[in-house]
Amino acid sequence: QVKEWTVDAAAAYDIISSGINAEYGGLRCDGRRPQEMRKLKSELGVSEGPDGSAIVEQGYTKVLVSVFGPHECVNRNLRDHEKAIIRCSYNLASFGSGVRKKKMVSDKKSTEVGVMIQNTFEAAVMLDKFPKSQIDIYVQVLQGDGGERCVAINATTLALINAGIPMKDYVCACAATVYQDSVLLDINHLEESSRGPLFMLAVMPRTESIVQLQLDHRLHNDHLDKVVKETIQGCRNIQVLLDRQVKEWTVEAAAAYDIKPRV
Amino acid sequence: AVVSTQSTGVSVRSVSSRYRGEVGDIVVGRITEVQQKKWKVDCGSRLDCQLQLSSVYLPGNVLRRKNLNDELMMREYFSEGDLICAEVAEVGNLDGMLKIHMRTHEKYGKLPEGLLIKVPSVLIKRSKLHFHRLPCNATVILGSNGFVWVGPHFIPEQPIEAISMTLRETIARLGNVIRALAAYGVQLFDTIILTGYDISLKYKVKELLKPEVMEHIAQESYEHSQHQTL
Repeated sequence: QVKEWTVDAAAAYDIISSGINAEYGGLRCDGRRPQEMRKLKSELGVSEGPDGSAIVEQGYTKVLVSVFGPHECVNRNLRDHEKAIIRCSYNLASFGSGVRKKKMVSDKKSTEVGVMIQNTFEAAVMLDKFPKSQIDIYVQVLQGDGGERCVAINATTLALINAGIPMKDYVCACAATVYQDSVLLDINHLEESSRGPLFMLAVMPRTESIVQLQLDHRLHNDHLDKVVKETIQGCRNIQVLLDRQVKEWTVEAAAAYDIKPRV
Repeated sequence: AVVSTQSTGVSVRSVSSRYRGEVGDIVVGRITEVQQKKWKVDCGSRLDCQLQLSSVYLPGNVLRRKNLNDELMMREYFSEGDLICAEVAEVGNLDGMLKIHMRTHEKYGKLPEGLLIKVPSVLIKRSKLHFHRLPCNATVILGSNGFVWVGPHFIPEQPIEAISMTLRETIARLGNVIRALAAYGVQLFDTIILTGYDISLKYKVKELLKPEVMEHIAQESYEHSQHQTL
């Protein structure tokens, strides 16, 4: 018998609330403190075929992103003579969630997320360096346990770096919700299933400029400043970890190709 | 990214990126489109390269002004999917699009049946010779764009005889040796490929695709080449 994955919103809310009660020491359902983020693991250059690829895992959510490009833009109608275009395809694997997803050719929700990621990176990638080209981003969610969009954006940042595509800054994304006046960062699937607000922010950490903002359900105006501040901090935390991974990879790759700076 | 300081300033390069192209490079490419008076060629760079009709030798080693008839016959010379070998003539200022041409008749032109292997372009050392006729009856063309072609000895425009079984094995073996060297980031040039080929002779051709064997060949070839330079 398949264990119930999709939890009723009310039941989810009860589970979350039971966790954050004082009885459990103010911890969430998975043992984290309110502003504690899930463990982040990442790897660059996982596939040989694409120009760039990366896998990012936050908790149990695992996303693989492959980047092809820049290459010749095949579609004449979309070709832009001043800058490159980005095309993104987002796909949740059929084995990626608790219940096996039936294969659908173009899911409305997936298309929407694809366009969202495309818009996010149009702001961050230096597109005017590659006129008439195209950059393809393929996002594959291998395991979805909440925050798939955020992990997708983080993985895309790493994949673009792996492909050698110049960007203005890292793009780090984090999702948050509010429960009883406290902000919960990096929410998992169970916390997402509740009726609480789902606030996602994609940020370029150095300048703290917000590249993307998504809100599901309703967020009270009083909580807005607090949520934004905490989520930006969450994105900064992610940037530190991604940066560490990129530096490790750069040292390895440069050594492998024996690149010496010319003075 | 790798940062290097020059007299005029600082340059930032990414560790891995697509082939950029410089004038004089020899590239191997695949025709993607036949347009008016030019062909579009995929060289693994950011934009497809342009091969103008005016910079191509006609059959019979003729370089003359092309007329309307030649324009209509473009598909007879090179059509979509053909592999060609050419030289970079120009690099576009604004968009980095490469213009390629075929300067002499003997080396450049359409490539006959063979094997194409794509390796990272950083692994191809820039040298005087990119076109190598190896003693084992095969030819290797090391395109600066990372496209490596392995095939029989040939003269452009002349038909090649049927490729024998032993020659097919040689070509496949050379191909696998090149893949092994590229997988371990070894710079490719003719002597190291030949060294790798000699080392690989003790294995069957299909065994060369096993990771342990690839590592062994790459390591030994690299050590051997280091010894030779010392």
